[in-house]
Amino acid sequence: MKAAVVVFPGSNRERDMIAALEQISGRRPDVVWHADTELPKVDLIVVPGGFSYGDYLRSGAIAARAPIMRTIAERAAAGVAVLGVCNGFQILCEAGLLPGVLMRNAGLRFVCKEVHLRVETTASPFTADYEAGDVIRCPVAHGDGNYRCDDETFRRLTGDERIAFRYVDATGARTPAANPNGSLDDIAGILSEARNVLGMMPHPENLIEPLHGGTDCRPLFESLVERLGVAA
Amino acid sequence: MKARVTVTLKNGVLDPQGKAIGNALHSLGFPGVGAVRQGKVFDVEIAETDRTAAEAALSAMAEKLLANTVIENYSVEIIG
Amino acid sequence: MLRNDTPITPELVASHGLKPDEYQRILDLIGRTPTLTELGIFSAMWNEHCSYKSSKKWLRTLPTTGPRVICGPGENAGVVDIGDGEAVIFKMESHNHPSFIEPYQGAATGVGGILRDVFTMGARPIAALNALRFGAPDHPKTRHLVSGVVSGVGGYGNSFGVPTVGGEVNFHARYNGNILVNAFAAGLARTDSIFYSKAEGVGLPVVYLGSKTGRDGVGGATMASAEFDDQIEEKRPTVQVGDPFSEKLLLEACLELMASGAVIAIQDMGAAGLTCSAVEMGAKGDLGIELDLDKVPVREAAMTAYEMMLSESQERMLMVLRPEKEAEAEAIFRKWDLDFAVIGRTTDDLRFRILHGGAVMADLPIKDLGDQAPEYDRPHVARPAPAPIEAVPPPNDYAEALLKIVGSPDMASRRWVWEQYDHLIQGNTAQRPGGDAAVVRVIGHETKALAFSLDVTPRYCEADPVEGGKQAVAECWRNLTAVGAEPLAVTDNLNFGNPEKPEIMGQLVGAIEGIGAACRALDFPVVSGNVSLYNETNGLAILPTPAIGGVGLLPDIGTMATIGFKAAGDTVVLVGKPGRHLGQSIYLREILGREEGPPPTVDLAEERRTGDFVRRAIREQIVSACHDLSDGGLALALAEMAMAGGVGATVALPEDAAPHAYLFGEDQARYLVTVSPASRGAFFAGAQAAGIAAAELGTVGGDDLVVRDLLTISVEKLARAHEDWFPAFMAGEL
Repeated sequence: MKAAVVVFPGSNRERDMIAALEQISGRRPDVVWHADTELPKVDLIVVPGGFSYGDYLRSGAIAARAPIMRTIAERAAAGVAVLGVCNGFQILCEAGLLPGVLMRNAGLRFVCKEVHLRVETTASPFTADYEAGDVIRCPVAHGDGNYRCDDETFRRLTGDERIAFRYVDATGARTPAANPNGSLDDIAGILSEARNVLGMMPHPENLIEPLHGGTDCRPLFESLVERLGVAA
Repeated sequence: MKARVTVTLKNGVLDPQGKAIGNALHSLGFPGVGAVRQGKVFDVEIAETDRTAAEAALSAMAEKLLANTVIENYSVEIIG
Repeated sequence: MLRNDTPITPELVASHGLKPDEYQRILDLIGRTPTLTELGIFSAMWNEHCSYKSSKKWLRTLPTTGPRVICGPGENAGVVDIGDGEAVIFKMESHNHPSFIEPYQGAATGVGGILRDVFTMGARPIAALNALRFGAPDHPKTRHLVSGVVSGVGGYGNSFGVPTVGGEVNFHARYNGNILVNAFAAGLARTDSIFYSKAEGVGLPVVYLGSKTGRDGVGGATMASAEFDDQIEEKRPTVQVGDPFSEKLLLEACLELMASGAVIAIQDMGAAGLTCSAVEMGAKGDLGIELDLDKVPVREAAMTAYEMMLSESQERMLMVLRPEKEAEAEAIFRKWDLDFAVIGRTTDDLRFRILHGGAVMADLPIKDLGDQAPEYDRPHVARPAPAPIEAVPPPNDYAEALLKIVGSPDMASRRWVWEQYDHLIQGNTAQRPGGDAAVVRVIGHETKALAFSLDVTPRYCEADPVEGGKQAVAECWRNLTAVGAEPLAVTDNLNFGNPEKPEIMGQLVGAIEGIGAACRALDFPVVSGNVSLYNETNGLAILPTPAIGGVGLLPDIGTMATIGFKAAGDTVVLVGKPGRHLGQSIYLREILGREEGPPPTVDLAEERRTGDFVRRAIREQIVSACHDLSDGGLALALAEMAMAGGVGATVALPEDAAPHAYLFGEDQARYLVTVSPASRGAFFAGAQAAGIAAAELGTVGGDDLVVRDLLTISVEKLARAHEDWFPAFMAGEL
């Protein structure tokens, strides 16, 4: 699998993502600067976490309008896998690659902690190595992770089984206490209609080796490595 | 009565948000954009019917909560 | 607007914080009346913050060298060799007063400043910690300050992208009017590419980089003289606003520029930005500096030379560059959307010359601004030794006492705080907040890691500054040891009241004496630091608070120890002597409401012997968990180990012990460890061979913490008491 990580001014988890991709795929991803409009031919495009442009207007809003985003949208439409994590999820929503919006956490504070996620669908290249209903640990670190969308979108997301992950407790139960940000229906990550774009608030790149306290998020990357062909 | 409280940064206080937004407008191709300063707008409904009293109450709200007067100014406007 | 030829009155001199004798010294030095800009420059360079004039004499007594020390105090941060051609670069600095005025921005810019100190030297920041002291929880301002400071620390660090992995939070009424925000940062660099502030070479370009200059922080002096100016339409802000986004760009641009080989000298602009940074670069290199302020990037109209020289706008750097690399350097900064301007040059005349609008606004001897700043040997009196405490009764109910202590403001869980800090970013955090020390893997290594801890017990320092100073160092050393790290070096952040009072000066002198003794005995040199004086309100000083930030090295993260109990059946062992000392203890304060007596004494030889034994046992993987004993003594350590492991233990105290002193005494040089049945023999044999006291107390297991005949509490109940206080306090429920 060949991957590209897109870096904006203010991205700050790109190094974590690059390290994770390299460790698991055995290949160092290309790093693409925001001002570029050219994207190398890759199997996976990752928009990493951070505070692009300081998140000074709305989270992800300015990055979503960078030239590179048009190219990413074209590739996504052509079926290339796109993963947006945290700020990357916010950017994909602002850019219209995913529906909905990420609002200020219900608790109004930045929250960094390990949470539990339930894998809600295995029908995607990101989640195919899990079993539906698997409960995994994964850290979150964000101030704006409260997912919202209109009723119609929500009906489509649930009807098409496009909710990839939900916040749950350690036993897999959905409880208010297990939701770190007040997100609608405990949504932690969603898929695009064609299921090749995943946006998620938690950071899978930060729980892939024993030093992190667990490897629960490795299958996400392994699944991609297994399923995505190698770009010529 | 409805009122609008506008909170802006005081002159000279660095406004990183405004700066980033200004740069973004530039790169989106809007020519002639100078400095951008951002602020907040609060539309507040209050039961008070006397204009002067309402303004005083809103100023107090701004002083106590809506504005950080160490770095921000505010203005109060009755809008209906 | 104040003109440069404004008459210099005694009032103006006083409003710049200069004493009459200091002003006379200025007149003698330059042989004429200074201009307004020159007065501002002198006031900036000769104030306590820049000149260390009250503390310098005593700071010189600290040990600052060692086999691993590459650069000690005097640069932006200390540099310590960690092998493999790599160095850790670290420092701690206060941002106390600004954080009291505007807690969010004050704390944020404090974090920004310390990060800049670290990457100015060529290091990529890998860890941030902070030591925070607030007033009493019931003081009306405390909650607001905690909330603002914590979100400011998080807001800056999270956005910048450095993990905030630990620190301290304390409450005490003596900080009601003066909170303390001490920010620590550490970074990594190659030992062959470390950058210093000493300029070299005549006629080279002096380059301004980063954000534009505004009137931020142009201080008290202009405010005090505002009556000279009827043009001022609003009170000029003295609050600096942090911009972590620009700082992240500045970091990337600086590291890229350094890699290009263009940088000869670099200095970040902190307090009195342009003045301090330019003088330091020139004076250290025995060079003059000439600046043309017309070339300084500004974001406000009509700034005067005085304002530009004293501005504390954030996210700025000054560099001396190789002329042939100037274009390359400028391209790098443009790429990152940062300002780049050649604003001056180095000269051979040892003058600090400031031009503005074609006129000379200041022309001063550069060495005298730095090297020959006034230095004081202020009168100091030692605090009389505290009276021994009268009898300390045992609690009526041990379980109730322990529950009260684990849920007390100073001992309760800090989860509410550190969950607002991104402590996982960079993917190298091996030990998260809540343990004895934070541990961060060194980038590019499988097993090598660094440990960090910030420590001081201000109530001990108040009662006995010398022992308190020793204890701060010893506890820091112990915390690093307790995770298995070899303690390398420290940075100190000395927070005190008004040094013009002999008793306050006595605290400073005593604490430095204690710190020096401990650092020498433990081979733990001081490589950087900061002094913050005049922390007083209405004549009441803060508790003396010499915070110590220590760094340790773990060659193999696989053998790192953590505090949580691991497995049922492990033996619980107290390493070190039994607890006896209750003077200044948490038990005395929280249960009996008394702050009395002498603090525990620190036997540095015993500290070292015990620590070396424990570290060896950890590295040989003989112990399964380890926790240092400090505030709250054995009882608190037991509770914390049980809560962290989610499993209880049953212990019994020796029959000849006074139970409350044994449980709550805060004697030093002690650890609580657990040992698996398989390692038991090896552990006790090792302890005996090393001559270390090791008392078997009981066994890990069950859902309760049981101290036979004294208390039984479920771990769940302990954890609830421990976790509930902070959120409840912040929600206003207490």
